[in-house]
Amino acid sequence: MEAIVETKNLRVEFRAQSSGQAKKVAVKDLNLSIRAGEVFGFLGPNGAGKTTTMNVLLGFVNATSGAASLFGVDVREPIARQRIGYLPELTYYYKFLTAEELLRFYARIFGIPHTEADRRIDQLLKLVELESARQRPIKTYSKGMQQRVGLAQALINNPDLLILDEPTSGLDPLGRMKVREIIQRLKNEGKTVFFSSHELGEVETVCDRVAIINQGELKVEGRVADLVEKHQANLEQIFLNIIGYQPQLSA
Amino acid sequence: MKTVLAISGIVIKELYRRKDFYVLFVLTAVITLLMGSVSFFHDTNSVRYVKDIALLLIWISALVIAIGTTARQIPAEREHRTIFPLLAKPVTRWQVILGKFAGCWLACGLALIVLYLFFGIVSGSREHHWPLLNFCTALWLHWVMLGVVVAFVLLGSVVFTAPSSNATITFIVVLGILFLGRYLNQVALQQPEPLRSIVYGIYFLIPHLEWYDVRDLIIYDQNLVGWMDCALATLYAVIYMAVFLLGTWLVFRRKALNL
Repeated sequence: MEAIVETKNLRVEFRAQSSGQAKKVAVKDLNLSIRAGEVFGFLGPNGAGKTTTMNVLLGFVNATSGAASLFGVDVREPIARQRIGYLPELTYYYKFLTAEELLRFYARIFGIPHTEADRRIDQLLKLVELESARQRPIKTYSKGMQQRVGLAQALINNPDLLILDEPTSGLDPLGRMKVREIIQRLKNEGKTVFFSSHELGEVETVCDRVAIINQGELKVEGRVADLVEKHQANLEQIFLNIIGYQPQLSA
Repeated sequence: MKTVLAISGIVIKELYRRKDFYVLFVLTAVITLLMGSVSFFHDTNSVRYVKDIALLLIWISALVIAIGTTARQIPAEREHRTIFPLLAKPVTRWQVILGKFAGCWLACGLALIVLYLFFGIVSGSREHHWPLLNFCTALWLHWVMLGVVVAFVLLGSVVFTAPSSNATITFIVVLGILFLGRYLNQVALQQPEPLRSIVYGIYFLIPHLEWYDVRDLIIYDQNLVGWMDCALATLYAVIYMAVFLLGTWLVFRRKALNL
């Protein structure tokens, strides 16, 4: 099956902040392959290298060595991003625009014809339940509403691959459930979803496969069911074990 | 091209949704109106003096709009991280720069049209004289000059971290060129070597923005600038715009996206 996302010996190093410091290795020789139609969970503690890996895939950061591709196209080529949707961890949108204007702006970037853009905007605002607030500036939205606008903009080009960086971060339980429903729906439509999350229960429910990285290194990768069976533990226990967490037992 | 236009559309939208733009705009309009309505017993010199001040005000306002708007474009994208969802689309950093440049330059053009129109109506209605071609030439050259300023400020916005320091430095440099640029060769002649060569070098290196100041065309109703001169001045400005934009791209392509 075609690999939608692929990294080969991906390594990312950052320059030292001062002359005495060693350079920081954010990602160490990472090999990943995500196939079409998969929901892939990318897990790791804070600072593990998840966001850096995503930044390489999105072309924000150049890899020090190794290769990364989307749909077989080198991530450094802008065309590699034609069929993807990206939802950042926090809401980074032009707050002076309304949801409708924001979606229209991104639709123009993708070259979506006007009538088709109108149709998709209506459809997406309905999907994320923001129809009533479509004419209001984004700066007046709650965090949950802003996150839903983010999800709508990630879907404006009807992408084949979604890259979601902690999509439920900071959302209330209802918001999380809605995002989870949308991911599930996208999965049913055959979309590929690559997402990072700290919500392990959510990952266990939604993902086909997961990868756990720690300090830039891939520690484990496999089907959720296989990992659970192999380790005889739930995903949270597996995760804590892999990152070397030792519970402090009370005397 | 569609990407560049889409980005420039956002710049213009942001500008007309900001209150500070209207404050400056209304202030300029009110002062122009007040000056235009003052009666000087048909003393030609006084009327010209008032027109000179009103046009100077338009020049200062246009510079403030151009520098103020451009200086914050890329830093704001980086600070608010709106650059991330934007570059996650099939958009290159070069297109971002071009879009920002086009948006700021177009916004300046729109502001100039309104200001010149307003000034033209006020002065024309008083003098019953409508030198339309003089106005169009002055407006065109003013707008072309602002293109160089916008490109220069955009370069400053990727070099300096804070928009305020960029705006201050570029404003001083632009004012320096406008007021002193034309005299640099004369200053060079009075200097010993190697200072003479350095000052001459600066004279030939800087964009001579003062060439585009043709306010006298309107104030003294002078003869029109020839089409060829206009075209050459435009070409000269376009070369500087291209150089500054290329410089912006060279710096920005290596720059971390977040501040």
